[in-house]
Amino acid sequence: MAPNKKELAVAALQNGTVIDRIPAQMLFKAVEILGIQKLDKSITIGNNLQSKKLGTKGIIKVADTFFPDDVINRIALIAPSAKINIIRDFEVVEKYCVSLPDEIVGIVKCKNPKCITNNEPMKTRFTVIDHEARIIRCNYCGHIVSAKEADIK
Amino acid sequence: MNRNSLVSISDIGKDEIMRLLRQASYFEANPNQRILQGKVVATLFFEPSTRTRLSFETAVNRLGGRIIGFSDASTTSSSKGETLKDTIKMVSNYADLIVMRHYLEGAARYATEVTDVPVINAGDGANQHPTQTMLDLYSIYKTQGTLDNLTITMVGDLKYGRTVHSLLMALQYFNPTFNFIACKELEMPREYIRFCDEHGIKYNEYRDFTPEVINNTDILYMTRVQRERFTDIMEYEKVKDLYNLNVKMLEGSRDNLRVLHPLPRVNEIDQDVDDSPKAYYFQQAKNGLYARQAIICRALGIEVPEN
Repeated sequence: MAPNKKELAVAALQNGTVIDRIPAQMLFKAVEILGIQKLDKSITIGNNLQSKKLGTKGIIKVADTFFPDDVINRIALIAPSAKINIIRDFEVVEKYCVSLPDEIVGIVKCKNPKCITNNEPMKTRFTVIDHEARIIRCNYCGHIVSAKEADIK
Repeated sequence: MNRNSLVSISDIGKDEIMRLLRQASYFEANPNQRILQGKVVATLFFEPSTRTRLSFETAVNRLGGRIIGFSDASTTSSSKGETLKDTIKMVSNYADLIVMRHYLEGAARYATEVTDVPVINAGDGANQHPTQTMLDLYSIYKTQGTLDNLTITMVGDLKYGRTVHSLLMALQYFNPTFNFIACKELEMPREYIRFCDEHGIKYNEYRDFTPEVINNTDILYMTRVQRERFTDIMEYEKVKDLYNLNVKMLEGSRDNLRVLHPLPRVNEIDQDVDDSPKAYYFQQAKNGLYARQAIICRALGIEVPEN
């Protein structure tokens, strides 16, 4: 029996993006926010992996895909700890943390049922009013919510 | 998006507030003018509000403008499922200015994003009602001669009452002292308390509506405590009469004290207060006409003299 048959290690990426340190319970939300389910590249998703910092974590590896900053930063809302590794030719060429943008467009659903955004076919817009505590405010009705309680569309 | 739109009182700063107040004063002295001749103003009331609509329409009529619009959305295509966007787009073809009232919060902000015609928010749900705030400011300015350094006591429903929130925000530039009088269920939301703290605005919070507070007040701003705001009806029964004003309670008050109320009132101000020279709520409503004339002219980019 070949020794590597016991290993369940995922093939290393030749080129692509690794999104690491996603809180385990947020993994599938992150997949959704980034629209990864719609990609036709090879994708590896791991969850409930051991993490010294988070306890358990999720990880997403996407081959041959490099997300623009404004796309990747969308997950900062739910996974502020996430770390991005850019892989080229099997080497990590860039590492960085996500950062919360000032405005969040079309991701969060407003919790106020009387908000215009819940009654009209339109994009939601939230302004981050406290980056540290990750508190956001609806640009339309003014409803305030913390990111960890926000409903992701 | 038209830059002259007015969706929230926080869209304008101190200088603009003061200019609008002086223009309102000019219109009070000269209410009938032809300066809107040839202009068409649309009043779109997706939710009925007779008081506000009549005030706006009178303001336009007295300035010689023409009005189109509706006072109830059930007679329009929005009852057939037309989006707000489409209604606004359609009306924008006809009108120079849109005045809109809507039951959904944020509706007016959204309207400004889909049209180049200026939009004045005449109330969007429980959210903003900036022309009410301007008429409150004008009433304060007129009766006190200034907006600076006043003590304003707000009484009743401070939680859901949008007028008190907007007034608080607008007065941030004028070094006010606030007294907030309400029961626990209807106290001033913490975000506004935080706002006061962050902006160095002085305030006191009280549960009891006492002569001591009234006697140290310049503006007594009364609001209605509504039964439907309470989850526990026993609580409502307990507090419903605690924040009512009668004429005896004004005996030791300052000469310059004026009682304001956004109306309609129920029983929170006793009828016997109406005859007091300190009762100002009916004139307050009338001031809305002049404040709205000034705001309409601002929205249309029309120069107005200042008084």
